Formats: sequence, structure tokens, C-alpha cells
Amino acid sequence: MAVVNDHTVKAFDEDLNRLRGLISEMGGRAEQALLQAMTALHKGDLDLAAQVVRDDKKIDALEAEVEQLAVQTIALRAPMADDLREMIAALKIVSVVERIGDYAKNIAKRVALMDQTRSIEAIPLLMSMSSIVAELIHDALDSFAARDAELAVRVTVRDKNVDDFYNSIFRTLVTFMMENPKYISESAHLLFVAKNLERMGDHATNIAEMVYYVVTGEHMEERERGEQPEDGAAEQEQG
Amino acid sequence: MTQDDLTIADPKMKAQGVDVFYGDKQAINNVSIDVGTDLVTAFIGPSGCGKSTFLRSLNRMNDTVASAKVTGRIELDGEDIYAPSMDVVQLRARVGMVFQKPNPFPKSIYDNVGYGPRIHGLAPTKADLDVIVERALVRAGLWDEVKDRLLESGTALSGGQQQRLCIARAIAVDPEVILMDEPCSALDPIATAKIEELIHELRGKYAIVIVTHNMQQAARVSQRTAFFHLGTLVEYGKTTDIFTNPKQERTKDYITGRYG
Repeated sequence: MAVVNDHTVKAFDEDLNRLRGLISEMGGRAEQALLQAMTALHKGDLDLAAQVVRDDKKIDALEAEVEQLAVQTIALRAPMADDLREMIAALKIVSVVERIGDYAKNIAKRVALMDQTRSIEAIPLLMSMSSIVAELIHDALDSFAARDAELAVRVTVRDKNVDDFYNSIFRTLVTFMMENPKYISESAHLLFVAKNLERMGDHATNIAEMVYYVVTGEHMEERERGEQPEDGAAEQEQG
Repeated sequence: MTQDDLTIADPKMKAQGVDVFYGDKQAINNVSIDVGTDLVTAFIGPSGCGKSTFLRSLNRMNDTVASAKVTGRIELDGEDIYAPSMDVVQLRARVGMVFQKPNPFPKSIYDNVGYGPRIHGLAPTKADLDVIVERALVRAGLWDEVKDRLLESGTALSGGQQQRLCIARAIAVDPEVILMDEPCSALDPIATAKIEELIHELRGKYAIVIVTHNMQQAARVSQRTAFFHLGTLVEYGKTTDIFTNPKQERTKDYITGRYG
């Protein structure tokens, strides 16, 4: 479905465009926060990590701005049909993106606690996992900007790769801890990093599901989503 | 959604393949729709789309327009309302109408409501008529406001009260269907809310069809919505579906304010 801005009331189009712009900016910042946090982790760059923590405030501020604008638009324009669905999705998407930002911040905060862990073999795996997650977030928000339901479905399918990565990293870290008991504390931090990345992937899926709803008016069928991962490890860790 | 979800089990009125012409000009093209007693049906669509014309064909109000011609079949309880044997006066008592602008008779409040029952022979005695007038005014939510001034002129009431008086007048003859043609467009929000509350109360007692330009109103008061455009019924569905996820592009463009 093409994004058409042709309301009789032009101010309505302006509100919608502003809303879309804010959400794109917010998504871009969240994606950047993730990549910077992982770079900081990889290189032990404390300055970059501190910057990620600082920049998270901007993501929070954008969330508040979108919420305010969406509430105002609902009150003043009484949107209907796809416009209404977009307002509801916007509110939900920004709260998800805000969570993604928080996870990035959480990763950044762990950098200072893990000086001696550069040699842990899980780190390259985490870097690969994070680039997949960043792509998912990017594509989920692109699917929102382009009203692309197919891209949204593909995001949910690809989330399975993130889950597979998580299971693999979980096993790697557990093995590493058994062999290197003095790195248990650092490994535990890396486990949380992996868990954060896995959650971010789930949130990208949530965004994709909202986009699907905006575009089609239907909720995504279970069969269209990626199969639920058999991540016994993830279940254990959650429980 | 399957078609079955939209079936009205026991339709009060049934329109099948209805065309309406004004002279050579076709105003309604092949419209079929059922109206039930348990569901309020809203007709929406841009000005000139034919929704009022179609509404007026449901109680043969178009008969008063010399050039108007209605073809197809419209049934009330299975009976063809355009059949020669149909008594039009009786029909309009069974299918009452409320108009855009309140139009009380220049008579007392009591007579406004009592006139119909009296000429239709529904009230043999004054006491019977008193009961009918009171019941209609109570149902129309107007009784408490006018019970001490029944002999004052109906035209002395406020616009919102006048409209509820017109609804009481329609109810008084014990109709089966009430057609409302933009009943709130001349009213303030409070009076509008009272009419909407009234529609809610009357649902189930009468089959109600309302034409409205106010999208929010259609969404608030109806369970079924029909979208008309250029004389055709473009989409008919559950009101919640029409306003959250219309199937037709033209419906979407209209309700989201992209039409025209």
C-alpha cells in the first residue's frame, strides 16, 4: 500500500508526516544506540558507552513527543480506518522502540564491568548477532515507513535467526564458564547482553506485527510469523 | 468476514434491487439491504450520494415528488410496500420519519404527539390518548421537561427538545420502523447526545435507520453501516469493521477524510 497523503484537511497530513518523521528518527537513534553499545563492548570504549547512556534520553524524549502528538491527533482529527490504526500502532511502536533503547543502554552500562573479557570467544558471536538484530530493527521501521506488510512478515520470520544465535551463545558461554571459572562474572554479563539482543529481536517482531496490522487491518496469523524457537536455553534463562 | 455474519435473522424491511429515478436521472442504482429491529443501521456517504433518497423510498416519501420513480422490491414484513393494495398513510404510520430540522406542528406539545394516534384511531377516549402521549414523551426522553407545560406550543421548545418532540410524535403511532434523516445536524452537542442516547434506548423496540453526515455519530449509534456513493451501495458491514477496517477503497477514502 502506497503512503498517500491526500486528506482534504491538509493539516492532518502534516500531523501524520510529523508523526512518521519522529518515529523514523527514534528508530534510527535506537538502531545507532545498539551498534554503538556493541562497538563499545567490543573495543572496551568507555567514552562511547557513556555516550550511548546519555543519548538514550533523546530516545525517551522522542517517545514523549510522539505520544503527545498521537493523543492530540486522535482528539482533534478523530482518525478513522487506516489512519486510526496508524495512531494506535504509533503509540505501541514508540514504546517498543523506547525499550530497545533501554536494552542498548543496558549493554553500554556493562562495558565498564568487563575489562578483561576481550578474549572471550562469545564476543564475535555477539557482534554478529547484534548486526542481525540491528537489521531487523532497521527493516521493521522501514516496513512502517513504507507500509510494507511483506517486509514486516519477513522481519518476524528472520527473528528465528536471532533466537538460534542466542541459543548458540548461551551454550558457548556456559561451556566457557565451566572451563574458566574465574570469568564467570564477565560471562554472566555477556549472557545478559545476549539476552538483551534476543529481546530486541522480539521487539522488532512486535513492531513488524503492528505494521502488518496498520497495513492490512488484520492481525498477523501465527503461521505467517517465524516458528517459535525451540530455545530450551532461553526458556530456562527466562524462568 | 463471511457473508453469514451480516445476515439479519428476521429482517423488518428488505430492499431488493432498488432503483430510484428522478425523471431521466438515476439516483439509486440496484441497492439491496435488510434492516432489522435489533440493529441500528446507519447510512453514510457524501452529499448527493443517494442515501436520503433511498431512505425516503423506504416509506414512499418519494411519492410526493412527481418525477420520482422507484423500481425493485421493498418489503415491510414480507409485504411489498409499492403494491397497489398498500395504504400509504398506514405505511407511513408503520414506518415513521424524523427529519433534519425539527418540524413540530404549530400546535400544543400535547397535540403534536396526540394528533397521529387520534387520526389513526388508536385512542378511543381522552384517557387513552393521555396514556399514549405520556408514554411517547417518556420514551422520547422529553416527559420530565414538558409534563407541566403540555398545552404550550411545540414551537416554543428549544431545538433539541423540538427534535425529541418529533421523535415522540413518530413513536406515538406505534411504528415498527423509524427513519431518521440527519436528526442531529441542527442540534448542539448536548441535544445531540440526548438523541443518541434515545436511539440507544429505542433500539430493539423499533427498527431504526439513520442517515448522518457525522461519522462519529454513525460509529456511536449504529451496529451496521452502509456506505453509499454515486447512487450505489458501496459497502455494508458491521459498524466496527467499517470504521476500523473498511474493505473498499472508496469507503476508506470517505471515512478518513480523503474523499473528493
